[in-house]
Amino acid sequence: MDLFIQLSLTGLTNGAILALAALGFVLIYKSSDVLNFAQGEFLLVGAYVIYAMIAQFGLHWTIGMALTILVSIGVGVTVERLVLRPMIGEPIISVIMVTIGLSSLLKAIVSTIWGNQPKAFPPFIPSQPVRVFGATVGLDRLWAIVIAILMLGLFNFFFRRSKEGIAMRAVADDQQAALSMGISVKKIFAWAWSIAATTAAIGGALVANIVGVGPELAGFGLRVFPVVILGGLDSIPGAIIGGVIIGLLEAYTGGYIGQGLNQVLPFIVLIVILMIRPYGLFGQEIIERV
Amino acid sequence: MISGIFHSTYEKDMALRKTHTQKIRIAIVIIFVLAFPFFANRYFLTLANQVGIAIIGAIGLNILVGYTGQISLGQGGFMAVGAYAAGILTARMGMPWWGSTIAACFITALIGTLFGIPSLRLKGLYLAIATLAAQEIILWVVTHWRALTGGVDALVVPDPMLFGLRMNTDFNFYWVTWGLVAVVTILTVNLFRTRFGRAFIAIRDQDIAASVMGVDLFKYKLLAFAISSFWVGLAGALTAHYRNIVTWERFTVDISVLYLAMIIIGGLGSVTGSYLGATFMTLLPAVLTNLGRAVKSVLPVIDSIIPFIQQATFGIVIILFLIFEPEGLNKMWKDLKDYFRLWPFSY
Repeated sequence: MDLFIQLSLTGLTNGAILALAALGFVLIYKSSDVLNFAQGEFLLVGAYVIYAMIAQFGLHWTIGMALTILVSIGVGVTVERLVLRPMIGEPIISVIMVTIGLSSLLKAIVSTIWGNQPKAFPPFIPSQPVRVFGATVGLDRLWAIVIAILMLGLFNFFFRRSKEGIAMRAVADDQQAALSMGISVKKIFAWAWSIAATTAAIGGALVANIVGVGPELAGFGLRVFPVVILGGLDSIPGAIIGGVIIGLLEAYTGGYIGQGLNQVLPFIVLIVILMIRPYGLFGQEIIERV
Repeated sequence: MISGIFHSTYEKDMALRKTHTQKIRIAIVIIFVLAFPFFANRYFLTLANQVGIAIIGAIGLNILVGYTGQISLGQGGFMAVGAYAAGILTARMGMPWWGSTIAACFITALIGTLFGIPSLRLKGLYLAIATLAAQEIILWVVTHWRALTGGVDALVVPDPMLFGLRMNTDFNFYWVTWGLVAVVTILTVNLFRTRFGRAFIAIRDQDIAASVMGVDLFKYKLLAFAISSFWVGLAGALTAHYRNIVTWERFTVDISVLYLAMIIIGGLGSVTGSYLGATFMTLLPAVLTNLGRAVKSVLPVIDSIIPFIQQATFGIVIILFLIFEPEGLNKMWKDLKDYFRLWPFSY
């Protein structure tokens, strides 16, 4: 039973971080129909920037986090303006490929600045073990769950109440209608990319706090795919629930069966979901003849 | 100056090489390829072999992505199947290397068809994700099925011998690789003059229209996966025999991306494009390494960041090509030819 709770908590932590990465992914897909293969690299950049702020410049973590968010917004806007805007109206494969090129570029920039070796991260969230229902987990893992829930709540509020959030949903729904209502679609795309970079950066900071920073953080980019397919590519609640389900699934298979099965099971789930329900659990059902 | 190409017979219209200039050009290329190994040193021969293998893999992927329009991110996984099939058949079961190469092609075609089944329900983005999953699943099986593949340890393949001759020296293998490049090219170019190839193109351009015209989507999509994987498996098997060693690190998702980059930068739906793209993307890191060595005395720090420069260049090249020349090197080559054909009145 202890093992079960232990695994559940680990799974929830990973799921929360996956959900944060997936959230940005879904946001970009929803507003601009772009599949962002560089989402893992956004997470990587975020983790390294906050590492630089705290460990190299010695800033307090609140200031460091604020600056990291500013940098992420900058990265998001730059990427949208320079790379994605010329791609509007190009075939799917070009758009996929351009984000892959972007991911390679971002990874290279990060490795040039900070090197390829994993580094210990000065934890800004205390990580002493605490006992929860008889299982022992690091406090930072619990905080990761709390912060992720807060973030997701905040985004929910943003999409329902704020003007920009509503505009973003309008663009996602119908670009032409949104344009005729006086919404600047270009501005919304920039918003989507900056928010995606920001959520990924926060996820990156949380992971960095738990496992340290290293180039393998970019691996989250691929792990996002099962999450978004399970939840539905265009569904924000889907990203959250998908993240939690995949996180728990990985933790349980890793803990009970082992053999590295936890690495491949999400992808098997992905193919099964694609075969029987390609729009995912919560995605919009679009009937397409193939 | 030529004002246009006019055919007076159907035979001429169907010909692959229509004009004298084209025939002369292909003759020059063939002479160059035949003469190359007698002048090149080992370094260039190694590069030439890598380019040849990349061309076979790129043509394979182009059949699926460029001609049939089914986006695949599973190239690395399919190459792994080819390489491991060839390696295991030769190393464990003592099959001759040419036998295991042929067998590897068929095995890869089978696995490729299996992972092509989702394409019957999925298009575009979703198919890309499904093939990405195929890549991850194949690589997981390779690294975890220790009894068959040796897991994460390298699989050592014995030297390929032919009439008492060791074939995997750079010079000998050059003839194997480029001979097969020629075979693959001729078969692929001709494939698109048959009903199968035309059906593939019809599916790419408008699948519903193709189906109305009597193209069986189920059959032809799977066939595209099979033919494509057959060549990709050949490329994988050649890597195994050339290197004497098969490791899983050589077939990660980065390889899938690399090959996709080759055919996009070269030109989708074109055999010439596959040649250009594969050559370009294989030589690019080598050129960068040499450039780095050249400026090393001036800039000693360059040595440690060469891998990152290669990675960054890879990303930048993809982005720039997609923004400025989405039709790739093939289009640039065509423009160049047009420029000189119409010279001095080109505009």
